[in-house]
Amino acid sequence: MRLDATAALALKALSRNKMRSLLTTLGVVIGVSSVIMMQAMGEGATALVSNEISSLGSNMLIVLPGGESKGPFGGGLRGAVPFTRGDVEAIGRECTAVRRAAAVSSTVIRAVVGERNRSTSLMGITPEFFDVRGWHSASGRDLDGEDLRQASKACVIGQTVATDLYGGQDPVGAELRLHDLSCKVVGLMAAKGVSTFGQDQDDFVLLPHTTFARRIAGDEHVGTIMVSAVSEARTDEAKAQIESLLRQRRRIRGGEEDDFNVRDMREIQRVLGTVTGVLTTLLASVAAISLVVGGIGIMNIMLVSVTERTREIGIRLAIGAQARDILQQFLVEAVVLAAAGGALGVLLGVLGALAVAEAFHLPFRVPIFASAIAFAVSVTIGVVFGVFPARKAARLKPIEALRFE
Amino acid sequence: MSDAGQTPTRAPLLSLRGVTKVFGAGEAAFAALKGIDLDIFPGEFVAILGASGSGKSTCMNILGCLDTPTSGRYQIEGVEVGSLSEDVLARLRNERFGFVFQGFNLLRRTSAQENVELPLIYAGVSRRDRDLRAREALASVGLAGRERALPNELSGGQQQRVAIARALVNRPAVLLADEPTGNLDSRTGREIMALITQLNRELGLTIVMVTHDRDIAAHAARHVVFLDGEISSDGQRPEAAA
Repeated sequence: MRLDATAALALKALSRNKMRSLLTTLGVVIGVSSVIMMQAMGEGATALVSNEISSLGSNMLIVLPGGESKGPFGGGLRGAVPFTRGDVEAIGRECTAVRRAAAVSSTVIRAVVGERNRSTSLMGITPEFFDVRGWHSASGRDLDGEDLRQASKACVIGQTVATDLYGGQDPVGAELRLHDLSCKVVGLMAAKGVSTFGQDQDDFVLLPHTTFARRIAGDEHVGTIMVSAVSEARTDEAKAQIESLLRQRRRIRGGEEDDFNVRDMREIQRVLGTVTGVLTTLLASVAAISLVVGGIGIMNIMLVSVTERTREIGIRLAIGAQARDILQQFLVEAVVLAAAGGALGVLLGVLGALAVAEAFHLPFRVPIFASAIAFAVSVTIGVVFGVFPARKAARLKPIEALRFE
Repeated sequence: MSDAGQTPTRAPLLSLRGVTKVFGAGEAAFAALKGIDLDIFPGEFVAILGASGSGKSTCMNILGCLDTPTSGRYQIEGVEVGSLSEDVLARLRNERFGFVFQGFNLLRRTSAQENVELPLIYAGVSRRDRDLRAREALASVGLAGRERALPNELSGGQQQRVAIARALVNRPAVLLADEPTGNLDSRTGREIMALITQLNRELGLTIVMVTHDRDIAAHAARHVVFLDGEISSDGQRPEAAA
């Protein structure tokens, strides 16, 4: 008996019991659609994190004082020799793979406007900061070289600070007090929103580093150096150049460890990728288990169906069906059930993933690979869980099957 | 034709020698057949008679390769059946035998046409030939125009005609009928018997029919009577009625 005739037979048998066929394959539908949804959401989250890091600039390096730390989130050693603006300028000038280097020193401070006040993060920066971060004022202006030279009492603020302290009004040109320093708001940074990790990225005040050093910190130390490499491909080269330059400037001898640390955004991205990857795998495995449960559902109904149709099997055997024809018939039926469930599951999964992506503002891509895998797995499940009932059917003796009431 | 069995030079189509069939084992063992010798010759119309439990159906099932003997030999056209595999037996059932059952045994929710096409599907006949031959077979039993009908839309007599068409569609050597009129009223039963007799007379089809009804058996030329697993009489009935 040829496969096309068997397939036609299987489709017919299934369409006779539409409701039952649908319920039987529901497990596979749910399994496949949840695998795809989990996969798509995981991919969306990963893409979101990468986007966020790329928005920081994937060619960005951060130089921290202190020795080697355990992980990308670990802090530098306390008491390590701080950098100077001279270091920052040297990096910008001498490292050929570096496009810009900015000094950043930060502290937490209470910003006051009239009756209102807000505890916020205050950063003293050199004007390269705006280029390194690829982030500029939305209104007013950025801090510039003139501000730095004159240690001007000018500041640029983030959206959250603006909203909180000035209500709905335009803060540009207004006064802002930081302790005893009264400065003028010259710019309002473009909004960045809340990061994936729940941190408000718009809650800060920027001052020229010179002003910060003289009026706030009381020293010329530079806490962090933010560097952008010429291109993403040259970040490793930039890192090596910075390391060698800083070792020289900080007079670290041959065998000694670095007392500073150059971090690469790609490293951070890799770690975040691993975290979201593990989460995705975990969720997808839970979904995969439901796929197996769906397979057991198919096996169960196929066994019932074999018993119900024992007489039909007897008739087929009596008029010349061979054991393999019967095996094929029931196996194809199970596979068609599972494949139909898989196809429906892929459809629902993609729609579901789209809905979730819309709801949580995640980037959405049609998960072609996951869909193909999930579909292939459901067909395999049809074969695996269809074999046992089909063999049971094929092993029936003609006369016993015919006599079955 | 009725004296076919008497010609010693003709080889039997089906031949049973010392066939026994035991169901169960040990204490519960029950011998349904206790050493049967039976030859069926081409073109014969044989009725197998006997009370229920006499072994006549068991004998029929062995003849049709639906069941295998516990001991003894069964040859079809001189070929020993005992040595054949399940697959070869399936092919024999497909090509050499047509079955007609008391309960019709049509597939439910499957049209007359599709029921008749089934043996052809297993024989690997192409879709176009299947369609053509099934139509011919249905027409030959008087059901032209009823191809699309489902079994539950047909009367008992019509269902049995579909079953006969299905039995004949592969042009078998032997038609095995197990109480073919058992589920039919007497008038419809006579019509079915007329059809079976006509197949025997006009096509020379060999027919083996199990029945417990003497009136039905009267259509057959030869009567083989079973009693307690043995053949108690085997003889020609020259006066067989049409």
